[in-house]
Amino acid sequence: MSGSTDGVPAVVVDGVSKTFSIPREQVHTLKERALHPFRRSGHDRLEALRNVSFAVPHGEFFGIVGRNGSGKSTLLKCMAGIYGVDAGAIYVNGRVSTFIELGVGFNPDLAARDNVALNAIMLGLSPRDARERFERVIEFAELQEFVDLKLKNYSSGMHVRLAFSVMIQVDADILLIDEVLAVGDAAFQQKCFDVFHRMKEEKRTILFVTHDMGSVRRFCDRAVLLERGELQMIGKPVEIADNYMEINFGRETGGQADGEKRYGDRSAEIVDAWFEDERGERQTALPQGRACTFRSRVVFKERAEHPAFAVLFESEAGHPLFATSTDWVGNETGLYEPGDEAVFSVSFENDFAPARMFASPWVVRRGSKDLIDRRPRMVSIVVTGSHMSGGLVDLPHDVSLERAGETLTARASSV
Amino acid sequence: MSADPVELGAFGRPMRGPSALGGDWRRFLHLAWTLAVTDFKLRFFGSVLGYLWQLLRPLMLFGVLLLVFTEFLPLAKDVRHYDVTLLEGIVIFTFFADATLGSVSSLVDRENLVRKIHFPRMVVPVAVVLTAYFNFMLNLLVVIVFALSTGVEPRLSWLEVPLLLGMLGVFVLGVAMLLSSLYVRFRDVRPIWEVVAQALFYASPVIYVIERIHQSHPSWEKFVMCNPLAVILTQARHAVIDPHAPSAAYAIGGAARLAIPIGIVVVSFVLGFWLFNREAPRIAEQL
Repeated sequence: MSGSTDGVPAVVVDGVSKTFSIPREQVHTLKERALHPFRRSGHDRLEALRNVSFAVPHGEFFGIVGRNGSGKSTLLKCMAGIYGVDAGAIYVNGRVSTFIELGVGFNPDLAARDNVALNAIMLGLSPRDARERFERVIEFAELQEFVDLKLKNYSSGMHVRLAFSVMIQVDADILLIDEVLAVGDAAFQQKCFDVFHRMKEEKRTILFVTHDMGSVRRFCDRAVLLERGELQMIGKPVEIADNYMEINFGRETGGQADGEKRYGDRSAEIVDAWFEDERGERQTALPQGRACTFRSRVVFKERAEHPAFAVLFESEAGHPLFATSTDWVGNETGLYEPGDEAVFSVSFENDFAPARMFASPWVVRRGSKDLIDRRPRMVSIVVTGSHMSGGLVDLPHDVSLERAGETLTARASSV
Repeated sequence: MSADPVELGAFGRPMRGPSALGGDWRRFLHLAWTLAVTDFKLRFFGSVLGYLWQLLRPLMLFGVLLLVFTEFLPLAKDVRHYDVTLLEGIVIFTFFADATLGSVSSLVDRENLVRKIHFPRMVVPVAVVLTAYFNFMLNLLVVIVFALSTGVEPRLSWLEVPLLLGMLGVFVLGVAMLLSSLYVRFRDVRPIWEVVAQALFYASPVIYVIERIHQSHPSWEKFVMCNPLAVILTQARHAVIDPHAPSAAYAIGGAARLAIPIGIVVVSFVLGFWLFNREAPRIAEQL
């Protein structure tokens, strides 16, 4: 584009709103219109985007994050010019290429050669440029032997490789990418990552729609979080990823479930249970790696001698993760009269894997082990974090690799 | 929300939503051309006989009609070069029918493009018309070879042909824009147009010549000639095949009256363009 882009952001989204009207009852034919000329077919208005604003400077790798239906793909399509906006404006400074799908326009009955040209022209190259870059495309895709093979005879892996190779040949200043990484095997994904790194170094602006927090954290300089069409927050990938985990798992519950099972004679009741962050504030989501506290409040209705207080943390699938009790402070927990209250607290470093975790507190009579009150899965918390190790806990640990005098070491920690 | 220190006012180029034409003519042409050529190639190379099938269809129709009208029905009587006239008429009408019928569902057929890349929406019907046009040109070559072999002599008036083809092209494009944008919202456009196209085949002087109407229903002649296809067919016969055949101006009753069929061409183009332009920004959401 022009060289006068100093100071002007690559992309400005200014108060953009987009509403789709979805016919409640599909009236698609003239006949229906003729038979019921006055019946007003209802339209449901779906507000896909509501007053979204942000700016992306040149050379930034910018993530657009949100759950399904949050409006992130609509936003990308608005930026790409595929949808018009209802309110607000989008400003784009530079050549834009959009990759909503790999291999747009590919035709299975054509050979790779024709498809490359077709796809490249669709993406904005001139026919001459498309021809000139053909060799490079094929080389990158490592498909030299299959140039004249019809696309329908390609394996899906070859298909993806070809499409991706075309995509990176397009010389745009601003790339709008919609989860192309969702396809392909691990080797292909690594290749994508390499290309993204190169593009990042070339100071191209990339806007990347995803719900994979791993790639957001890995590539993005900044990201925006959309929720129900509204801009939830804008900021560093780590913060966005935490927030995303929270709205993904949190929100709906966080309190007591209805119809819960409860055990014990209820001579004392666990009336409340909750999690606190390091500042002592109640939370429904907690970042991994930070200090936190679980507390349960118990009100006694009958006299009790040295009861024990305990809690079990379990995963969503019901695996016990960790349990503890007042046995650690000793057997003498005191005498309680009716009306007395006690708060049981467990403070720990939150090394659980990002996911929802449940707490099941209980109170038990000393000696007899009779349950006074046990409330399974009374409260839950969402552990946020963007590193998915696959385990149930992520203990801080050291990793090292020694080899012929060389040693690589690293501390694995989420903070 | 104003987390970004952006000065208001200097935001640069606004991204406009989808439109019918877009601002970049070269991209428009590249896309339309590429799509048309690709489609043409696919039909060409898709089968063993390739292009022959494209030709065979009108030729078969031609053979049947020629047999019926020269042997069993008196339509060919007293018409010089009835065979060439019939073939030319079929080829012209086939183009009209292929292009318009093909364009009806074109936007819906190209859904994956329309919803996934930013490009001028008009490319889609234009590419359909172009593909049909390539085919038409090849078929016209066959008509010319056939005409020369049956004794039609080349004359200066053949130069009128590009003009007639231009008029036909404008008409077809107008109808294509109209139908394709309507079809996005009303799916019954297709059956309606199939019937209309069928009716137009008989309403246009393809299997008969315009004098035939004059002989049996003189008052209808001018009415029939209001159809732009009738003008193109009649004038093409006059200019290419038989100079003694009535020209379009003669058949309609004076050159001034040609304003009606030409007006229909212009109106259908303008209307089609206006409607397509109006619908273009929302096509992607309505598919």
